[in-house]
Amino acid sequence: MSRNNLGGIVQQKGTRHLMMRTLLFLTLGVFCLYYLIPLIVMIATSLKSLEEIRAGSLLSLPQDVTFDAWAKAWSSACVGVRCDGLKPFFWNSVAMVVPAVTISTILGALNGYALTKWRFPGADIIFALILFGAFIPFQVILLPMARTLGVLGLAGTIPGLVLVHVIYGLAFTTLFFRNFFIGVSSGIIQAAQIDGAGFFGIFFRIVLPMSLPAVVVTVIWQYTQICNDFLFGIAFTVGDSNPVTVALNNVVNTSTGVKEYNVDMAAAIIAALPTLAVYVIAGAYFVRGLSAGAVKG
Amino acid sequence: MAPRTHSTVPLGQKIELWLPRFVVSPLFALSLFFVYGFILWTVYISFTKSGVMPNYSFEGLSQYERLWATPRLYVALGNMFVFSALFIGISLAIGIFLAILLDQRVRIEGVIRTIYLYPMALSFIVTGTVWKWILNPGLGIQNFVRKAGFEEFTFDWLVNSDYAIYTIVIAAVWQSSGYAMALFLAGLRSVDDEILKAAAIDGAGSFRTYFSVVLPIMRPVFLSTVIILAHLAIKSFDLVIALTGGGPGYATAMPATFMYSFAFQRSELGVAAASAVMMLATVIAIVVPYLYSELRGTKQ
Amino acid sequence: MSDIRLEMVKKNFGATEVIKGIDLAIDPGEFVVLVGPSGCGKSTLLNLIAGLETITEGNIYIGGKRVNDTPPRDRNIAMVFQSYALYPTKTVRNNITFGMVSRGIPKADQDAAVAEISTLLQIERLLSRKPGQLSGGQRQRVAMGRALVRKPDVFLFDEPLSNLDAKLRIEMRTEIKKLHQRLGKTIVYVTHDQIEAMTLASRIAVMDNGHIRQFADPKTIYEDPVDLFVAGFMGSPPMNMMPGKIRTLGGQCVVSTGGPEDEPLDFLLPPALSERACGQEGRDVILGLRPEAIFAAGTELPGANRFIFERPISVVEPTGPDTMILFHHAGLDVVARVRPEDARPEGTLFMFEADMEKAKLFDAKTTLRI
Ligand SMILES: Nc1ncnc2c1ncn2[C@@H]1O[C@H](COP(=O)(O)OP(=O)(O)OP(=O)(O)O)[C@@H](O)[C@H]1O
Ligand SMILES: [Mg+2]
Repeated sequence: MSRNNLGGIVQQKGTRHLMMRTLLFLTLGVFCLYYLIPLIVMIATSLKSLEEIRAGSLLSLPQDVTFDAWAKAWSSACVGVRCDGLKPFFWNSVAMVVPAVTISTILGALNGYALTKWRFPGADIIFALILFGAFIPFQVILLPMARTLGVLGLAGTIPGLVLVHVIYGLAFTTLFFRNFFIGVSSGIIQAAQIDGAGFFGIFFRIVLPMSLPAVVVTVIWQYTQICNDFLFGIAFTVGDSNPVTVALNNVVNTSTGVKEYNVDMAAAIIAALPTLAVYVIAGAYFVRGLSAGAVKG
Repeated sequence: MAPRTHSTVPLGQKIELWLPRFVVSPLFALSLFFVYGFILWTVYISFTKSGVMPNYSFEGLSQYERLWATPRLYVALGNMFVFSALFIGISLAIGIFLAILLDQRVRIEGVIRTIYLYPMALSFIVTGTVWKWILNPGLGIQNFVRKAGFEEFTFDWLVNSDYAIYTIVIAAVWQSSGYAMALFLAGLRSVDDEILKAAAIDGAGSFRTYFSVVLPIMRPVFLSTVIILAHLAIKSFDLVIALTGGGPGYATAMPATFMYSFAFQRSELGVAAASAVMMLATVIAIVVPYLYSELRGTKQ
Repeated sequence: MSDIRLEMVKKNFGATEVIKGIDLAIDPGEFVVLVGPSGCGKSTLLNLIAGLETITEGNIYIGGKRVNDTPPRDRNIAMVFQSYALYPTKTVRNNITFGMVSRGIPKADQDAAVAEISTLLQIERLLSRKPGQLSGGQRQRVAMGRALVRKPDVFLFDEPLSNLDAKLRIEMRTEIKKLHQRLGKTIVYVTHDQIEAMTLASRIAVMDNGHIRQFADPKTIYEDPVDLFVAGFMGSPPMNMMPGKIRTLGGQCVVSTGGPEDEPLDFLLPPALSERACGQEGRDVILGLRPEAIFAAGTELPGANRFIFERPISVVEPTGPDTMILFHHAGLDVVARVRPEDARPEGTLFMFEADMEKAKLFDAKTTLRI
C-alpha cells in the first residue's frame, strides 16, 4: 500500500485540530481493544486454573499462571474417544499443508505462465473457466468428491485431503500468478526466445526468479487457507486423519465431563499459532493476497 | 503428435509451440472434471431419487419438492438473509470508517493495521471457539457485567434461539471487518494525489473531500468488497458449526450447514444435492456478472 | 492582484533538502515561469506557495500577508495540475463549481460564474459530461475553467500543457497568454518547454538543485546568463561551450580552443570582453557561442568583431527553416546554424563566421560569467 504524499498540506492549527486528533486516536484505540480483547481473553483464560475461571471474571488477568491447560491441550485432551491432545492432529495438518501448498503453487505458476505469456487461442476462456472454480460454494462438490476419493482408495486419508486442496486451490494460485505475469513485460520473454530459451527454460531461469513476490503471496495465501480449512477436513477425513481445526472443534464440542474452558482456549491458540505466526512475520504479503483481484492496479 | 518430417517448421519449434497447451490441458482437464463434472453430477443427483446411496434414475423435481417442504430450509434461508445483510452492512461501515481514520496520517498506522487485520489470519473455528467462550452466559460477558454490579443484566443470545443468529454476526464482523478496512484503505491510497490536492485548493474540508470526491471514485472498490463479503457470507459454515453448531435446535442453520447435515448426517443425498444446487445458483447470480466485468476490465 | 514574496524558503523531505533557501519577489500581475531540470524542485516550490506542502524554514507572503500557516483554501490561489486532476465522478459543471460549493457561494452566483467561464473557454457544450468523455485538450480547458472560475489573485500552473500534442500546446499557449493579458493576475508557471517559457514569461526563474540560479526577463536570461548552467539550459540547440585559454597574440586578446589533436582556433575577443578577461595569461575559460552566432562566412551583413575559420563538416541536420551544421572542435560537436541553401555535404571543408559580439566567456572554475 503506497502512502500518499499529502502529509504536507498546511492545516489550520488550533484547539479544534488538537481535539480532532485526540478523538481520532481515541477511536483508533477503542477499535484496537475491540480486536485485541478476544485474543487477550483467550490467552488469559488459557493460563488460569478452572477454579480461578469460575471465581474470577472474563477480563481478569490470571493470578496463578499455570501452563497445565496448554500441556493438556497439546498432549492429553480428549478428541472424541482418543485422549492424546491436539498433537497428532497438528502433525496431520503439517503433513497436509506442506505438500498441498507446494504442489498447488507450482502448478498455478506454470498455468499462469502458460496462459499469459504463451497465449494461444482460447487461453482467456480457459482461464475464465478455471477461475470460476474459485467461487463455487464447495457444497456443490462435496458429494461427488467423497465418492471419487472412495473410488481412488483415498477416502479418509491425508493424501486424499491433499488432493482436494490442490485441485480447489488451483483456481486461486492460477489467478494470482496470471495477475502477476500480466504485468511482466512480454519483451523479456521474446528476448529470451530470441536467445534460444524454450518454454521451460524461460520459466525456470527467467520468469520464476522474477516472480518471487507472487510466489510468496501465493504460498502465504494457500498456507492460510489450507491451515484454516474446516469443511474439507470434516467432510473427507475421519478420526485419526483429522486436521487440527476439526480436532479443535471436537475438543470444544465434546459434551462429556467437565467443561474445561482453559483447555479449550489453549487448544484454540495452538490451532491458531501456525497462521498467526506467518501473519506477524509476513503480514504485508498476507494483505496483498487478500486484496489480490479485489482492488485493480 | 506424429513427427512430420516434410514440414517446414522444425520439430523442436513445433513442440515449443504446443508445449503451453500441453502444460495447461491436464490442469484444465482436472478443473473440468472436478469442478464442472462434479457440478453436473450434483445437479443430476438433485433430479434423482437418491437417498443414502446415489441412484441414477431420473425423477424430476421431487427432491426439490421435498427440499421446499422442509421447514428447516426456510429457517436457513431466513438466517442467511439476516446474517448476510447485517454482516455485509456492518463490516462495510466499520471498514470504511476505520480506513478513513487510518488515512489521517497516523504515524503508527502499520501497527494499528496489523492489529485490525489479524483476526483474518485465524480459522473461523478458532474465532468461533473464542466467541463461544466470551458470549456464554455463565462465565462470559453476562457474568462479567453482573459481577460489575448490574445483577439483572442478561446477555444470553448464544443460547436464545431468537437471537443466536446475531452472535454469528458479531463473531463474523469481528473477524472480517478488518479485511474490509484493508480493502478500503488500499482503495483510498490508489486515489491520485493530485486530485486530493485539487480538492484542498478548492477549499473542501476533509469531510467533504471524502464524501464528495474520494468515495465516489472508490465505487469499484465498494462493489468488489461487497462481492467478497457476500461470498464469505453464503459459504459460511465453519463459524456456525464452531459457535452454535447450528443451534439451539436448528435456529442458526444456514444453507451450508443444512446441506452438510443432509449429506453427511442424514444421508439424504438428493435433498443435499438440491440444496447445494440452490447455493450454486445464488453464487452464480452474484459472482458471474462481477467476474465478467473484472475480466473485461483487466484486458488491455 | 497580489505579489508573492519568498524569504529564504527551505524544504526538507525527511533528511533530503529539496529547496535550499530561495528568495524570490514576484510583482503583482507578473507572469513568472519556473524552469529547471527534472527533480530540481519546481513542483515542490509551487506546492509550497499553494500550501500543499508545509515549509521547513523561511517565510512566504502572498499579497503582503504571511501565509506560512494558512491552509490552501485561504490563500486565494488556484492551481492547474499536470494531470489536470479533474474529479472523475463529477460532471464538468460540478468540477468547475466544486470550489464554490465548498465555500458556500450562492447557487445563482455559481451559475453566473459557470456561464461566464464556459463561454470564455468555449466549453458550454461539455458542461454535463464527465471528464472520461473528454479529449485531452477539452480536459485541459476544464482544468483551466476550474481554476479561473473563482477569480483568485494568484494562479499556479504545474506543467499544464505537457500532456497535449504539439499543435494544441501552441494554441493553448497563446490562449494562456491572452488570458493573462486580459485578467492581469499574478501567475507562477512551471514548464519544461523553453519556448513556452520565453513566450509567456515576464520573468523567468531558472532553478537548479533547489536553488534559483537567475531570475530575470527572458531576454536577459537568454543573452546575459549569469553562469554556465543558465546559459546551457536555455536555448535549443544549446549554446556551444568550448573550453580554452586566454592568450595574447600580437597584442590582441584571444581565446584559443582545441588542440592538440585538432588544430587550435584563436577566437579574437571584442574589446568589451577583452577588457574584462585579459591580463591573466593562460586563464582557463569557457567560450560560449550560440548556434545562431556561427554561420556561413559572408552570409550575414558584415559587422565588427567577426572571426572567420575553416573546418570540415561532420554532420548536417536540416530542421526546415534552418540547417544545423556540426563540426568537431575541442572534443565537442560544435553546432552552427546556416540557411538551408548555404549547407554543404558532410566532409566538405566549410568556411564559418562567428559573431564575437555575441560570445560569452565563463570562468572554467567558478562557471560564472566573466
Ligand atoms: N513527498 C516527497 N518526499 C520525498 N521526496 C520528495 C517528495 N516530493 C518530491 N521529492 C523529491 O524532491 C525533489 C524535487 O521534486 P519536484 O517534484 O519538486 O521536482 P520537479 O522539479 O517538479 O521535477 P519534474 O520536472 O520532474 O516535475 C525530487 O528529487 C523528489 O524526489
Ligand atoms: Mg514537477
